[in-house]
This record gives sequence, C-alpha cells and structure tokens, in this order.
Amino acid sequence: MEALARLAAETVDTVAKTAADEKNIAAAASAGFAYGLAAIGPGIGIGYLVGQAVSAMARQPEAAGMVRTTMFLGIAFTEALALIGFVVFILLKFA
Amino acid sequence: MSDSFVTRVEGPAPEMEVSRDIVRRGLIFTPLYLAVCGVIWGLNGVWSAGYAIAIVLLNFMLAALTISLTVRISLALMMGAVLFGYLGRLGLIFLAVILVKDAGWVSLVALGITLIVTHLGLLFWEMRHVAASLAFPGLKPGSANIESVKPLDSI
Repeated sequence: MEALARLAAETVDTVAKTAADEKNIAAAASAGFAYGLAAIGPGIGIGYLVGQAVSAMARQPEAAGMVRTTMFLGIAFTEALALIGFVVFILLKFA
Repeated sequence: MSDSFVTRVEGPAPEMEVSRDIVRRGLIFTPLYLAVCGVIWGLNGVWSAGYAIAIVLLNFMLAALTISLTVRISLALMMGAVLFGYLGRLGLIFLAVILVKDAGWVSLVALGITLIVTHLGLLFWEMRHVAASLAFPGLKPGSANIESVKPLDSI
C-alpha cells in the first residue's frame, strides 16, 4: 500500500514537472513567434521603401539628397516596429 | 542594364548629417532621462538606460554609415546593404542584449522601455529639424551640424 502511495506521489510530481516544462516551452515558442512575426512586417516595409527610393534616385538624381534623407527617416521609423517586437520578446522571455 | 545598377550618387551625405544631429540631441537628452530612470528603477535602471541609449545611437550611426558608403558605389548595392543591414543590426541589438541579460546591473524593463522611447523620441524630435528639400536635403538652415550647404565663396 505504501509503495503504491509513493508511486502515485512520484507520478503526480512528474506530471507537474512536465506541465511546468510545457508551459516554459510554450512561453519560449510564443516569444520567438512574436519576435519573428514582428520582424517580417518591417522587413517588407523597408524593402518597399528602399525600392521606391532607389527608383526615385535613378529617375531624378538631382533629388537624391532629399530622397535619401526621407528614406533614412522612413527606415528608422519602420525599424521601430521591429524594436517593439524585440522588446516584447525580451520581456516575455527573460523578465 | 537597369539604371539602378549603374547609377551612383556623389556629394554630401545628408543622412550622416541627420544621424550626427540625432546623436547630438541624444547626448543632450541623456542626463535628464538617466535621472528619471534613476528615480524609477534605481541604479540598475540608470546603467540599463545608458546601455540602451548607446545601442540606439550606435544603431542610427551604423544605418546612416551603411547608406552613405554604399550609395557612392551603386544604388542596387545600397538597397542590398540596407536590407541585409536591417537584419544585421537587429542581430547586433539582439546580441548586445543577450550578452548582458544575466548581468547584475541590468534591469530588462528599463532597457526595453528605453530602447523604444529613445528611438522613437529622437526620431520625432529630429523630424522638427529636417528640411528634406532640394535646397536643403538634410537639416533645416540654422541647425547645428549642417554641412550640405556651403557658402558661395567656397565653391
């Protein structure tokens, strides 16, 4: 009877440990997805932005300075979205 | 061959001018921000916020440097460098944070909030000082660090 009780207690312990592990794995996977998805959007945005800027500079080289300034600021603003995703990731994963 | 493969842009680099101005403004705003972080998160918050501000300022300088160096070679190279540079800089920020995440002086909340607040705050602040016109491609006339406008007698 005692052995059975010990076995039941060990089983409960193992199940609890597995549940905690699963929670940790799910949290890590969610954080990874959050960061990955947050980086895709800005990537597409920056690609489109730079493509249009290159097209504008090739068509009107005299306006290249103006286009470059606007492009630089656009890239920085778009990158802020990825930074927000990154901060959510580190807060979910490590804080 | 398409124009963008052979076209290159010479002359001053307005993005470097803007980026240097952002860094200058960042350095002006740093002591006040660190003091606020010190009040909220203590000494760990001050160290973390300082580290995050350094990351943001270096990120701006690196982005501008990538553009200004590659645009002198070709527009297509600039496009590639900006796209892969985006991934590379995200990786560098990731590495910079992962390396210190377990250090005793790091407050991750302060670090994360400072990353976002500094990046967006400096950008919005800089928007007030950027002309982006044909005559003044970078900063507005009268701003410090302006170099794209040369006096007539120097030409």
